[in-house]
Parts: sequence; C-alpha cells; structure tokens
Amino acid sequence: MPPSPPVPHTLAAVGLSLGYDSRRIIDDLDLELPSGRITVIVGANASGKSTLLRGLARLLRPESGVVLLDGDDLFGLPGKRVATVVGLLPQHPVAPAGISVSDLVGRGRHPHQGWFGRWSGTDDAVVSAALAATDTLELSARRLEDLSGGQRQRVWIAMALAQDTDILLLDEPTTFLDVAHQLEVLDLLHERNRGEGTTIAMVLHDLNLAARYADHLVVLREGRILAQGDPRDVLTAAVVLDAFGLSARIIDDPVSGTPLIVPIGRFHDNHPRIS
Amino acid sequence: MNDDTAAAAVAAGMGVEALSADRSRRRRRSRRVCLALGGGILLMAVLSLSAGAYSIGPADLVRTLLGLGSGSENFIVLTLRLPRLVLALLAGAAFAVSGALFQGVLRNPLASPDILGVTGGASAAAVYGMLVLGFGGLATSLSAAAGAILVAAAIYLLAWRGGMAGSRFVLIGVGVAFMVQGFLGYLLTRADLRDAQYALTWLVGSVSGARWSDILTVAAGLAVLLPVVWALAGRLRMLQLGDDLATTLGVAAERSRLVLLGLAALLAAVATAAVGPLAFVAFVSGPIARRLLGDGRPALLPSAMVGVLVTLTADFAAQHLLPGGIQLPAGIVSGAIGAPYLLWLLATADTSGKGA
Repeated sequence: MPPSPPVPHTLAAVGLSLGYDSRRIIDDLDLELPSGRITVIVGANASGKSTLLRGLARLLRPESGVVLLDGDDLFGLPGKRVATVVGLLPQHPVAPAGISVSDLVGRGRHPHQGWFGRWSGTDDAVVSAALAATDTLELSARRLEDLSGGQRQRVWIAMALAQDTDILLLDEPTTFLDVAHQLEVLDLLHERNRGEGTTIAMVLHDLNLAARYADHLVVLREGRILAQGDPRDVLTAAVVLDAFGLSARIIDDPVSGTPLIVPIGRFHDNHPRIS
Repeated sequence: MNDDTAAAAVAAGMGVEALSADRSRRRRRSRRVCLALGGGILLMAVLSLSAGAYSIGPADLVRTLLGLGSGSENFIVLTLRLPRLVLALLAGAAFAVSGALFQGVLRNPLASPDILGVTGGASAAAVYGMLVLGFGGLATSLSAAAGAILVAAAIYLLAWRGGMAGSRFVLIGVGVAFMVQGFLGYLLTRADLRDAQYALTWLVGSVSGARWSDILTVAAGLAVLLPVVWALAGRLRMLQLGDDLATTLGVAAERSRLVLLGLAALLAAVATAAVGPLAFVAFVSGPIARRLLGDGRPALLPSAMVGVLVTLTADFAAQHLLPGGIQLPAGIVSGAIGAPYLLWLLATADTSGKGA
C-alpha cells in the first residue's frame, strides 16, 4: 500500500450546471465532499443524482461552473492523473464476455501503469488486497458472467478499489442486491473509509441505509441541493415530503440511532401520531 | 482487529500467487492457440506452394525456397505461387486486425468493415475510378483506399450524436453498405461487357495475379499501421469496459475510439486496395480468435493468425478443391464460409443483441 498523502485530496463543485443537449439537469450547484468521510446523495428519480456524480467524475463537461480537484479545474488536468485520485463505479458497468475476475480487477490498475501497461509487483499486491477486501479471492479465476449478482457487484467494487484512489464515487452500488448483500457492500465501503481514509461519495436509493452509512447526506431536488449535513439534522419529515412528495414519520433506528423513515402512503396509517 | 489485519495480509499474499497462476494459465492458453494457428498456417503455406498442375514435393520445395531449384521449379514456386501466398498472408492479417478493431471498439460482433460497407466503399470507388475516370492500376488501388476511408468517415459522422453508440454505428454502416452496393450495381449495368468483366475483380476479392509491387505496398502499410495498433491495444482493453469506465480509468474514450477506428479503416483500405473485398475474413477472424482464447481480451495477434489461416484455406479451396477442376477467386469461398457464420451469430445472439 502506498502511504496516504499527508494532505487529503478535495473535490468540490462550484456553481456547477450540468445537462444533456439543452436539457439542464444540475443547476448552479455548490458542493464540497468532506475529505475522508462518506457522503451519500439521495433524491427522487430524475433529481440529478447520477448526473451530479458523472460531473464530479469528469464524465460530463460542465455547462457552467467548475469541478475543482485540490483547487484545480478537473477538466484542465490530464485524465490519467485524475484517474489516480478519483474513481467511479457506474451504475451499469459493462465487461467483455468471457473476462475473468482477475483480469477485470487488474484493469483497474491502468492509471498507475506506463504507456505499454507493464504489470508490476505493486499491481499484483494492490489487486490481491482488493480481492481480499471484497472477499472475492476464491473467485479470481472465474468468469464474471458465471457469478451471482452479489458476487459480481463485489468484483466491480474490487476493481474500483484496485484503482486505489483517495476519492471513490459509486452510483447505486447496491442496486439489484438483496438486503443482506446491500449491507455487505455498504459495510465494505465503510471499512474502506474508516481504514484507508478514502473519501466516498455514493448515490443510494434506500433512505434508511443512506441515513445509517452517511457522515454527510445530500438531498437533491430538481438539480439543486435541498438540504445537506448530518443525516440526523437533514432527514426531517418536511425534507422527505419536499424531496420525494412522500409523507413519512421519522423515528430513531433502533440499531444505529440514525433516522429511520417510515413511509405512510394512502392506506396504512392506523396509528395516528401521538403527540 | 489486528488478527483481521494479519489474516487479510495472509490472504493477500495467497492472492498474489493465485493471480500469477491465473496469468500464467492465460498465457499458456494463448501460446497454445497461437502455436496451433501457426502450425495450421505453415501447413496451408506448404500445401499452397506444393499443390497444383505441377506438384512439388516437400524436399524439392525447401530446395527451391533456398534458391537451389531448377529453372521450372523456380518459376512455378518463386514467380507463380510465392507472391500469391505472401499477398494472401498479408491481406488476411490486415482484414482480420481491421475487423477485430472495429468489433472491439464498437463492442459489437456485427461491426466489421465488410458488413459496414467500408470494403464495399473501396470497391465502388475503385470501379468508379476504373470505368468512369479511366484510371490505371495504381490510381485504381489508391481510389479503393480512399473509398474505404471516405465511407468509414461518413459512417462516423452520421452516427455521431454528441457521443458514439456502437449499435448506431452498425445500423448506419449497414445502410451505407446497401448504398454503395446500389452504386456499384449502377456502374456495372452502365459499363460495357468487357469492362464489367474486368471490374469483377473489385467485387470479389482475389489474390491471384499477385505482383511483388502490390505486396510491397501492403507490407509497407502494415509495417506502419500494426505497430501503432499494438501500442494502442491497452486503450482498446479499456474501451471494452464502456466509455464511463474507460474515462474513469484515464483513457480519453472518444479520441481513442476515433484513432482506433481510423487505424482499422486504413488497414481495411490497404488490404482492399491490394486484393479487393475478401468477403467475411474481417468479420469472422476476431470472433473465432476470441472464442479460442475465451478470456474476453481483444486477441489481436490470434485474430490476425486466424485471418491468415482463413484466407489461405479459402484460396487453396478455391484453387484446388472445387469439383470439376474449376477455379474461383478466394473471396467467393471465404464468403461461402462467412455467410453461414453470420446466420449462426444472429441465431445465437443473446437477448441484448450483442451476440457472442
């Protein structure tokens, strides 16, 4: 493991507007990812979560505003250098048919290799540590397509870990996973964050898991930040109603003490609030 | 916590061994495949040089290749058969690498220069140059190369929508292929019979009548293009993971794709200018090689070897294996092999339509 840098990297959006064609998705947004913490971005469908993540990862050029990596415009920096600091796991990553787990995870080393991609002992060590951290070592010789959904997602995360970046962005890393595997993946990321100090920002759909794992919670609505901060302060019934159009009651999660959102809906409110 | 860390370190150490075991297994398989293909190529090369109206035994063949043959042996082997063999070898490799690049970059097995009308564009430009502009041999070859590049550029521009999707590129390419076929048909019906007969060489690829000057041109083209392809193969591996991951991993996806497609079009152009559109060699070689390796790598070298083997075999069959002793251009036989493969690929394509 290379020693972590003395000064942590910072990633921030300033007056950022993003869109496709002429459709504006993210509108004049300011956001600074707290270094060494886990930021979770939540919001209704089409609120701009994935687009924001793509913008932070240099996949989408801003229409206006900038994304700053350590104070420098992300688009002014060489792609390969950015790739050694910021990693992204997309929501639907693709891989060629027949690829083995070790080959796929190994490709995460690309930004650290020279022009002809010579493989080094460090590469082996980092890849193997990434496989071990995601509990996929025994799968290393298997083909990706032969794995179950949960195993596959852990392998993709291993690839992102093998890239060995100080900032890791993940777009819904828990989709298609059952609840046990969701927790497994989130625990894994939590461990990485606490152990290596990796700054993590991810989009999650499940508000309760978001509240539990986030140090910093960002709620998006129509391309703007509706609220951000500690989940305990941010997740109020009013914010949930505003962001999702959903009436909910907020109670304390009996396990973690973080906010637990109990949605109300139209039919099941048999226990009127006692207050 | 400390125990966990120690256990993780031990696991990681075992992991390094497992990784290098995986790697050497992959290398061994790749070496076996290349050796087998190389053996097949050698066999076909010997057969092509020996067989014919005047057959020459292996011992005599070696003697002749060493420059110690009789006058007639020298003429038959060195003047008649060797140029044909060498041209088939170079063109087969060029078509195969071109096809493997198109398919790899666009992540679609249907994306190959013969399906997309790139080689068709070369044929149309060559026939136009010959029949309408009265070009001679060299100018016709140059216009064939220009036609291939022009068609590839046109498809790229038409498929561009602020980003590139492989499926859109393929659909537009197929449309363009029909357009150039229509244009070719028009040219041929307008031409007089003797000219049309001559133009046929540009409709079906053939390595007969190979001259050393043609061979030198193709060889020079490959000597320039293949090292560049080799240097950029790492980017192709990243593009296989999609634009988002490729960009995240530090590869300029759009620019890399443009450069690799440009190289692929140039390879197809060089090969078509020399031997005409050798049907389906570009289309089948990459998928066969990737299937032989089965590890999801672009497999450019094995693809090139499969391309050589397919071309040599097609040409040998076209010369010697047809009933009644008739001889056909190699392109007809390669087409007869490739078309059923296309049907098979379409029939077994998975639900995403991406195929094997």
